[in-house]
Amino acid sequence: MKDMEPAQVSGKTSEHVLTYADGSRRRVFVTLVETPYPHGKLIVSRTDPLGIITQCNPSFVDMSGYTEAEIIGQPHCILRHPDMPAAAFRDLWDTVKAGRQWNGYVKNLRKDGGYYWVYATVVPNIRDGQIVGFTSVRREPSREKVIAAEAHYRSLNGS
Amino acid sequence: MTPNLTVSPSFPTERISDWYIFNTWLQRALGLPIHLELYDSFGAQRAAIAEGKVDMIYANPFDASLLVREKGFRAVVQPEGQPDEMLIIAAAEGPASAITALRPGTRLACSDDPCVNTVGRILLEPANLDPSNTIEHRRETYIQVAREVLRGEADIGFLPVDAFNALSSLVRRDLQVLVTSQLHVIHHVFLVGPALHERADEITTLLASMHESEKGRRILEALGARHWEPVQREDVEFMIDIISTLTQ
Repeated sequence: MKDMEPAQVSGKTSEHVLTYADGSRRRVFVTLVETPYPHGKLIVSRTDPLGIITQCNPSFVDMSGYTEAEIIGQPHCILRHPDMPAAAFRDLWDTVKAGRQWNGYVKNLRKDGGYYWVYATVVPNIRDGQIVGFTSVRREPSREKVIAAEAHYRSLNGS
Repeated sequence: MTPNLTVSPSFPTERISDWYIFNTWLQRALGLPIHLELYDSFGAQRAAIAEGKVDMIYANPFDASLLVREKGFRAVVQPEGQPDEMLIIAAAEGPASAITALRPGTRLACSDDPCVNTVGRILLEPANLDPSNTIEHRRETYIQVAREVLRGEADIGFLPVDAFNALSSLVRRDLQVLVTSQLHVIHHVFLVGPALHERADEITTLLASMHESEKGRRILEALGARHWEPVQREDVEFMIDIISTLTQ
């Protein structure tokens, strides 16, 4: 995955280097600008078994800030925000690879360095007994739940 | 054996006769006598499904997923470009002006439509409202849901978008829409049961070309559709995966 370019991001930014589960690294620039979750919408995407995005709906495109052409074929962790603890994603992958559903509050990183909060549900796509991919549906979280998740993730990150 | 056809009770009541006309068309096209049975509630229809009394059905996404996964039904077609969406209404002059302004103790009126109610509940989550801190009034029809909101007996109501649009302009004027779902990805589908699987391809072809004749096009228009499009098995599996994320 390509590093973010500073030119993609405007305003005051902080720089981070993320290390993913496969050991790869990516430099990202983040801002404190939150994009509010649009009322009534669901963000839907599918990945292959390796987490590569194969399909998404217009809400996914709008909220991520990428075009559909830019996002299809990318690993889902392109949306990973540095404030999200690695343990949360480890739990997600362990759960869905075991064939179970995962739910949780997630702070996602936009292409422009901003962020948005979602309540995410991920299910394995099981066909003829085999996991052929994963479907994720995100919906609007309440502010109270976001505040609680932020505090929890800060404690997990030790900050 | 005469196969039974039924339709999800979510359609507007003024379309009852149009479904009978559709059934007459289908019987002639297939050369097969078909009995159309319309149920006035989702509960009655689910009981009929459980008793094996349904062989063909135009089903809402939630019932469709149950029929495919648990009853061996096969989805054959869906109306082109018609995702199922719902909305939450309040009285135009009422105190509720936004979902996040709703408080515990909110009284909500709804029908027994599982699709509308599940999505409606999701749209209340930003206000931290759930069945434990709301008062639910189940009503028989969408009209009764709207009436209850208008009379101030409920603070909000759940309606399918089609049902809201079918209300008279006078009624709609006295209501406000707090939020409309934009799921885009779930929709009604036409399914055939195991007893008709050997004719499923024939039924798919017939329905997918229904709009090509003047008569077929008129029937479809009366039902609020332009044409049927074939459904691939994976499309339905995807919809079922999405529904499973909504119902947990």
